[in-house]
Amino acid sequence: MNEAQQAMQPPRASSTLMMIVLNGIAMLAGFLVVMTSQLTAPRIAENQRIAIEQAVSKVIPGATRHREFHLGKDGLRSEPGADTTTIYAGYDDQDHLLGVAARAAAQGYADMIYLLYGYDPTCQCIRGIKVLKFAETPGLGDKITHDAAFQSNFDALDARLAPDGQGLAHAIAKVKHGTKQHDWEIDAISGATISSTAVGKALNQSAQALLPQLLPHLQELRATEKRP
Amino acid sequence: MTRKTDTQITWKTFSEGLWANNPVFVMLLGMCPTLAVTNSAINALAMGLATTFVLLASGLLVSLLARYIPKQVRIATYIVIIATFVTMIDYIIQAISLDLYNALGAFIQLIVVNCIILGRAEAYASKHRPAKAVLNALGMGAGFTLALLCLGLVREILGSGSVFGVDLFGPAFQPWVIMTLPPGGFLVLGAWLLLFDWFRLRRQQKETVTGGQSDVA
Amino acid sequence: MSPDSLTFIFLNTVLANNFVLAMFLGLCPFLGVSGRLDTAIPMGIATTFVMLVSSVCAYAINQVLVAFDIEFLRLISYIAIIASAVQLVEMGLKKYSPSLFRSLGIFLPLITTNCAILGVALFQTFRDYDFSQSLVYAFGAGVGFTLAIALMAGLREKLELSQLPSVTQGAALSLMLGGMLSLTFMGFAGLGGGHG
Repeated sequence: MNEAQQAMQPPRASSTLMMIVLNGIAMLAGFLVVMTSQLTAPRIAENQRIAIEQAVSKVIPGATRHREFHLGKDGLRSEPGADTTTIYAGYDDQDHLLGVAARAAAQGYADMIYLLYGYDPTCQCIRGIKVLKFAETPGLGDKITHDAAFQSNFDALDARLAPDGQGLAHAIAKVKHGTKQHDWEIDAISGATISSTAVGKALNQSAQALLPQLLPHLQELRATEKRP
Repeated sequence: MTRKTDTQITWKTFSEGLWANNPVFVMLLGMCPTLAVTNSAINALAMGLATTFVLLASGLLVSLLARYIPKQVRIATYIVIIATFVTMIDYIIQAISLDLYNALGAFIQLIVVNCIILGRAEAYASKHRPAKAVLNALGMGAGFTLALLCLGLVREILGSGSVFGVDLFGPAFQPWVIMTLPPGGFLVLGAWLLLFDWFRLRRQQKETVTGGQSDVA
Repeated sequence: MSPDSLTFIFLNTVLANNFVLAMFLGLCPFLGVSGRLDTAIPMGIATTFVMLVSSVCAYAINQVLVAFDIEFLRLISYIAIIASAVQLVEMGLKKYSPSLFRSLGIFLPLITTNCAILGVALFQTFRDYDFSQSLVYAFGAGVGFTLAIALMAGLREKLELSQLPSVTQGAALSLMLGGMLSLTFMGFAGLGGGHG
């Protein structure tokens, strides 16, 4: 404390008392906060698990259970690392691998759009997307979450790899509303072009980077099928 | 404030915040959450309840501890107490519903800087007995929630054609989208304030006409 | 433009996601101190300054919190550090630059409880900005705030000269004006967000 502050303030109560009170309050505060965060941690984790479970079963049609993997340069791991991407492998009741879900993100109209998409190795296509978090204009941009025509873009969005295995054969891109010709194009929502573009961009970026890394390890995901 | 008057708990202790000194419509405090999260009624309600919880808990604690807190550090102490309860409600809302948490976003944590709470702690809770402080905080919280609901309902009905997510008008309704967007927040609150000012002005005019207190502002 | 580039962050915070008009942060001074242009602009500059200071502090403290894995103390430490940073700035200004203190000083205590300041600290953390991004974000937020409050003050000065029904004088009118400004600023949304 310097003189300036002392000059500003009226004669003070003993500083020991002040220290005791402040420390007491700080301890009480710390206790309450830690207690709450400990008590709510299981519920929060459970909520997040349910949210992911729901999202995975939406983007991988038919999936009833999922397992979390972390894909890095050296393959699949069960623990997250610095350079790993989290993926969710979805299985049906008979433990057959139905698809793999991953996160993607891109700048939308107002803020970042975060979404989860499901890749089906059988048809080599994207079978569904689910917007996880976004702040798009209600009534316009938020159509990406529920517009049936837009969602139908992702019934079977072509995501084949190029022959050299280094990227997609055809970049995923959005096209102007009503001009969709190929399976790798996304028909934009009229009036929500920027949000549609963002979804296309997010999918393309993520799929270009992830799929070449993922495909060599598909067998490992299948191999875990029969285990409990 | 003498001890004698302090012991009296009247209806006014509670109702003050609800109407006469409504934090939003009369005192114009806590505008940020008022406008930011009222784009739907459910968000408005959740925000109102969260703020009420913080008001209540911090009011109680401040009132209990006030006599032990040296004057020089009181504001810092109050802020720490408030921040504690806000962190708690932040975790609690995450535990209740992630969707709600995502919808309210950072505005839960921004309850800390809601001037109503610090204002009540300093101006009321620190000077009154716990029971009274709690009741007053409850009234203020109710008033705040009410105001938020007023905005949330209007904005949701006009902007999405629904109330608490229940569709009102059917598919033929063309929503007035701007109402759920930022400008709508300003406009709807402005309209509510206009209404309140108009009522107040009319009452004052009536009083002057009937020869009552000629207290024209 | 990549959403992580500094230019994008700056433009986005000043215009498209203006702190006052789109995010509703810092409304108390926006409504309270926007009566005259010659107080509004110093207020804006003082706020920008405090935003920069607290952004740096918040960035530093967050590194510590993350390192020790005690993020649940984030809110408490942010609010404490911002309050003390403002106090320090106030004392420093008073001592070393009395003239600057006279023009900005009265606003500083007001700014501590301005939610835009805490907003900058929280949002830069939520978005995982690195140091330079945080600084640009804080600067953009401050410039956006100054822009909004200056526009508002200009409008209100003009309105003083016009005749209005008595019921519309006061906060209601300011809010309506805010609505108009906000509507105008919506035109900036999507800036750099794509090419569609």
